[in-house]
Amino acid sequence: MAAKSKSPALDRRKVVTALLADRGDLLVVAGLGAPAWDATAAGDHPLSFPLWGGMGGAASIGLGLALAQPKRRVLVLTGDGEMLMGLGSLATIGVQRPRNLSVVVLDNEHYGETGMQPSHTRFGTDLAGVAKACGFVSASKVTTLTEVVRLRGEIHKAGGPLFAQIKISPDKLPLVLPPRDGTELKNRFREALLGAQAHHQR
Amino acid sequence: MAKPKSATPAWSVKLHHLFKQQGIRQVSFVPDAGHASLIKLCEADRDMRAVRLTTEEEGVALAVGAWLGGEKSVLLMQSSGVGNCINMLSMLSVCQVPLPMLVTMRGDWAEFNPWQVPMGRGSKGVLEEMGVLVNRADREEDIVPLAEGALRLAYNTLRPTALLIGQRLLGAKTFKD
Repeated sequence: MAAKSKSPALDRRKVVTALLADRGDLLVVAGLGAPAWDATAAGDHPLSFPLWGGMGGAASIGLGLALAQPKRRVLVLTGDGEMLMGLGSLATIGVQRPRNLSVVVLDNEHYGETGMQPSHTRFGTDLAGVAKACGFVSASKVTTLTEVVRLRGEIHKAGGPLFAQIKISPDKLPLVLPPRDGTELKNRFREALLGAQAHHQR
Repeated sequence: MAKPKSATPAWSVKLHHLFKQQGIRQVSFVPDAGHASLIKLCEADRDMRAVRLTTEEEGVALAVGAWLGGEKSVLLMQSSGVGNCINMLSMLSVCQVPLPMLVTMRGDWAEFNPWQVPMGRGSKGVLEEMGVLVNRADREEDIVPLAEGALRLAYNTLRPTALLIGQRLLGAKTFKD
């Protein structure tokens, strides 16, 4: 099959910086690889949980978190390859319909960490269409920075689950690595969210 | 061949009580006949969120999110689902996230379907290789105490645990009903 999509344009770091601007008490899960580096480049934060593995699991982590914290907004930032590996989780989210969950896919149409092999979205796989069909209240394809800024506003409002597929450039950018100790990442997140209770939960 | 037991077994009611007593808030599952009654009880409980999964690994990731948000979860699955979880289980040991898993066995006592045998045989080994502490119940009276042990062990020591529930006490599927 021939590649269908036009060359994507947006700079992923600008997109993520705009999405995380004035993040307030937003809870963030960043999928492995470049989305985790992007979230870190926008500012390492105790209420960000960047993944170094668990490919296909980012949206499900977001779901568990959104169900546990219904009063907080939860944003999953992940890549097209990671989302493709967990497509079923969109159906699972569509059944649970958490109003406070947003799943945003940074779609560069490639597996950027493994040699820039084209992913399914390069050949037209419509992730926003899948999310819509799974019951997301809103599922859009985003191609401009103006739309990204509007999306940032929607992420902070109830009324989800919300899905967006943002077309970004496949450029390889300098690595900005988050801490790599998963236990430390988990502990600082829980402490920032739950306070002292984080260390005494039974 | 034994007939599958269809009425709500007493141990399902007791497991549901155990979940409540232990403060379990998210119960995720890919259905299995052995878990059918327990799933119904959890779905009917307003203090719990029953989350139906498309594949078992979602339940592992869900548990990470739940724990980040301060909630306890359990994952219910059939032994065939263990294989679907392997890579995702890495997160539990790397991040020291607790998760008890209750696994109903296929592919052992009186199994009807040859395709269930390899994953059934491999379940214990696969789980242990991935850092999960595994126990097994083969008598009805052992299910609840061993499940309680699995829950306490997981949440007191921040690690994944599994209880395998033997096919003999569940009743083998016959495909005749």
